[in-house]
Amino acid sequence: MVFDIGLALLIVAVAVWTIAARDTFAAVIGFVAFGLLLALAWVRLAAPDVALTEAALGSGVTGVVLLGASTRLRHAEISAADKKPGAMLRAAAAVLCTVVSAGLAAIVLVLPHPAPTLAPQAAANMAATGLGNPVTAVLMAYRAIDTLLETVVLLLALLGLWSLTPDPFWGGLPGRRHHDDPDGVLTFAAQLLVPVGILVGIHIFWVGSVAPGGEFQGATILAAMWILAAMAGLVDAPPVSRRWLRLILVAGPAVFFTIGLAGFAMADGFLAYPESHAKLLIVMIEVPVTLSIAATLALLVAGPPERMPQQ
Amino acid sequence: MPHSTTAGGFLLVLAIVLPVAGMLLSLVLGGRHAQRVALILMPAELAVVLAIAFGVWRTHNLLQYFVGNWNPPLGVAFRADGLSAAMLVTAALLVCGIGLFARDQFSSPEQAETRAPLVFWTLLLAVWGALNAVFIGGDLFNLYVALELLTFAAVPLVSLDGRAETIAAALRYLLFALFGSILYLLAAVLFYGAYGTLDIILLSARIQPEPVAWAAISLMTAGLLAKAALYPFHLWLPPAHAGAPAPASAILSGLVVKAPFFLVIRLWFDIMPRMPEPAAAQVLGILGAAAILVGSVVALQQARLKLLIAYSTVAQIGYLFLMLPLAVKAETGHPWSTVAWTGGVLQAISHAFAKAAMFMAAGLIAEALGHDRIAGLAGIGRALPITVFAFALGGISLMGLPPSGGFIAKAMLLTAAVAEGQWWWAVIVLTGGLLAGGYVFLVLARALADPIEPLRLLTTVSPSRQAVVVALALCAVLLGFVPLRPSELLQIGRPAITTGLR
Amino acid sequence: MSDATVYGLCSAVLVGLGLFGLIVHPELLRKILAFNLIGGGVFLLFGVVARRGAAAGFGGDPVPQALVITGLVVAFAATALAVALLRRLFQETGRTTLRSDG
Repeated sequence: MVFDIGLALLIVAVAVWTIAARDTFAAVIGFVAFGLLLALAWVRLAAPDVALTEAALGSGVTGVVLLGASTRLRHAEISAADKKPGAMLRAAAAVLCTVVSAGLAAIVLVLPHPAPTLAPQAAANMAATGLGNPVTAVLMAYRAIDTLLETVVLLLALLGLWSLTPDPFWGGLPGRRHHDDPDGVLTFAAQLLVPVGILVGIHIFWVGSVAPGGEFQGATILAAMWILAAMAGLVDAPPVSRRWLRLILVAGPAVFFTIGLAGFAMADGFLAYPESHAKLLIVMIEVPVTLSIAATLALLVAGPPERMPQQ
Repeated sequence: MPHSTTAGGFLLVLAIVLPVAGMLLSLVLGGRHAQRVALILMPAELAVVLAIAFGVWRTHNLLQYFVGNWNPPLGVAFRADGLSAAMLVTAALLVCGIGLFARDQFSSPEQAETRAPLVFWTLLLAVWGALNAVFIGGDLFNLYVALELLTFAAVPLVSLDGRAETIAAALRYLLFALFGSILYLLAAVLFYGAYGTLDIILLSARIQPEPVAWAAISLMTAGLLAKAALYPFHLWLPPAHAGAPAPASAILSGLVVKAPFFLVIRLWFDIMPRMPEPAAAQVLGILGAAAILVGSVVALQQARLKLLIAYSTVAQIGYLFLMLPLAVKAETGHPWSTVAWTGGVLQAISHAFAKAAMFMAAGLIAEALGHDRIAGLAGIGRALPITVFAFALGGISLMGLPPSGGFIAKAMLLTAAVAEGQWWWAVIVLTGGLLAGGYVFLVLARALADPIEPLRLLTTVSPSRQAVVVALALCAVLLGFVPLRPSELLQIGRPAITTGLR
Repeated sequence: MSDATVYGLCSAVLVGLGLFGLIVHPELLRKILAFNLIGGGVFLLFGVVARRGAAAGFGGDPVPQALVITGLVVAFAATALAVALLRRLFQETGRTTLRSDG
């Protein structure tokens, strides 16, 4: 309990730092720390799957994107018209936000006892899915349609990002070319870490059916390993018009849809699994989904294409 | 009230699967084929949607599908009632029209894939799938994912031409939409924390008039208002809808901005009927009135045609929210049997067709003239008579003149306002109609004037595209033959307040 | 479940803090950061609701936990898209703010 209070206060303190820091770079560093502390809070809330996702995706990969942006935008001019708002507006905003927080806190305190929950129903139906991790059961069975649509949402975000490519570079390579320095520390670290990271990523994905983990967490780690390898110059991004890249990106949602539609024939309907083969089908969906999400996340970090392949 | 998947429920799955699968296929096959995939899918999906509407009408009950055969609250349900069916058919017709219109504008050269056509056709299919998911979703979190799908599909359409101003407009749109999403999520967690479910029908049975519920409803409504660009959250809409290419503006103003309004209806009439809040509904009506007045007045001041049409959208969205104070009743009556209910929905549908026609007409005019300055429109009425005629037909619906769907819709709102004794809404409706007349005639007068020097058109405008525009405008006019009384279709599947899934 | 309540209050503070940051900073990257802060607070509230729903041998109700995972992925996608738009805006105009504050 004391630990929780201390952690909550620390989280708030780092959040204040993130808002109040003068320099955007410092604010982003604060945000990464905030995310890691939040992951700790998730562990305390008995949600290890979410903790993994928060640490890897919410803090790690998001942090990379924000850091990259803050370095590129550092020299932006802020014209006179966009000066920081005056003391009056800040005071008014502070009052408004205090009221909002207080109201929300009051609502939290009057939530009903005993709390309504779907845990018993989730537990009762898990045998039919063949899974041992209830969160995976929710994601891949009970609310599989949400997961399916969410993979499409990710892909759409990538398409939207690609749509920002200047026309001459369409179909080109995203991101800058990093050159590997054979004596450099980054290259050395990448050569060590990337293979290990890939194995860890695969393990976390694989073990997610019975223990904390799963496709999103595993995919994030795989994507992070690719990003590390690219930053160290060990690999370069592929041109985004390559058919095989598009197939990898689409494979996850496509297989998800196909097996879902097969449910009309094999089981009781869309995204229903026959009880005998439920776990097998779920794994058959998860493998391409993990690959697709890893590729999508990596490309989202890489950004829109900005150079053409050298012939 | 069905307690399980109904016959024909699988059609609901198809309504979402087909456009999304098409989007995935387009992405893999590449830009040259994206257009073909889209154009092949359109009639197929239209057939699915018409089958859904027919099924709803024939059984006089809603179509329901439990995805994965998991019952709510553990699983997610799709539900199509009369309201869903009407919106699904409207979306399908609109997308088909847009597809035909944009065929020439976004065609790919045979050799290589280019950016704009690939992005346009895949995003058009994604928008369609997302809209259908919103119209048939029965679970609040599933609806959140559908709304995000819709936002991510719509935002890049705004910045499709890559100019700095459209990128800024797209970014502003995205930020407003994200703000709305966060409020919506906060509301969802409060609903779940208090009632243990996010299924709409179950929630309607469990909800109580207590602070948690009021907080959740306010937060969710505020979030949806930001996404629907209701005054005072309207600032993002005009630059975004004016900056998008004309076929994209048509779907953005026609339907994308109505999807959050659809969810406001779901929240206020499906989740809340046991605890009606007429006072809060008056607040929404006031915001709607402000939108009508501000949007119309600012539209009158615009120098560019597309911005004028976009501000007109801001105003017409205000009419939709007038439905709320007129249909929410203090006693637990049945709001969906009121004239106001039908009027509000009819306003949404006829505006979708009229606005799409107007944006597409403006697009043709801009292509022909090379600009869309209203002051420079002189002579276009003689050069592109069919296009200007279509614009005028759309304007008739906006003004609320007969025969048009807009006239019936506004007449219904007027009738309801007088019948309820809330005559102040009647004044707003009439004022709005006058102001709309003002800005429509502004454009038509310029278009029909004689030019100082003979007009030279930059390109020839194909008659088939003009025909599509007229067809959509005629849809708005044909809705004028809807009888002036509560619609039977729109009442199908409305929950009896005391029953529900257990 | 008073340890969950601690985090519930923490999430309320985070939402307010993030909202403050959203209003007060004109730079868009700071606004995006503020959005992520508010999102973190909202997701934490999901976690509180999940912890309060511990039953059937689980430490928490798995449904809200799964919703958070979905939400985190969507939030990242939104951040990536917003940052890409911002970087493009900067490339075209050299500005990192919107002219009339959104």
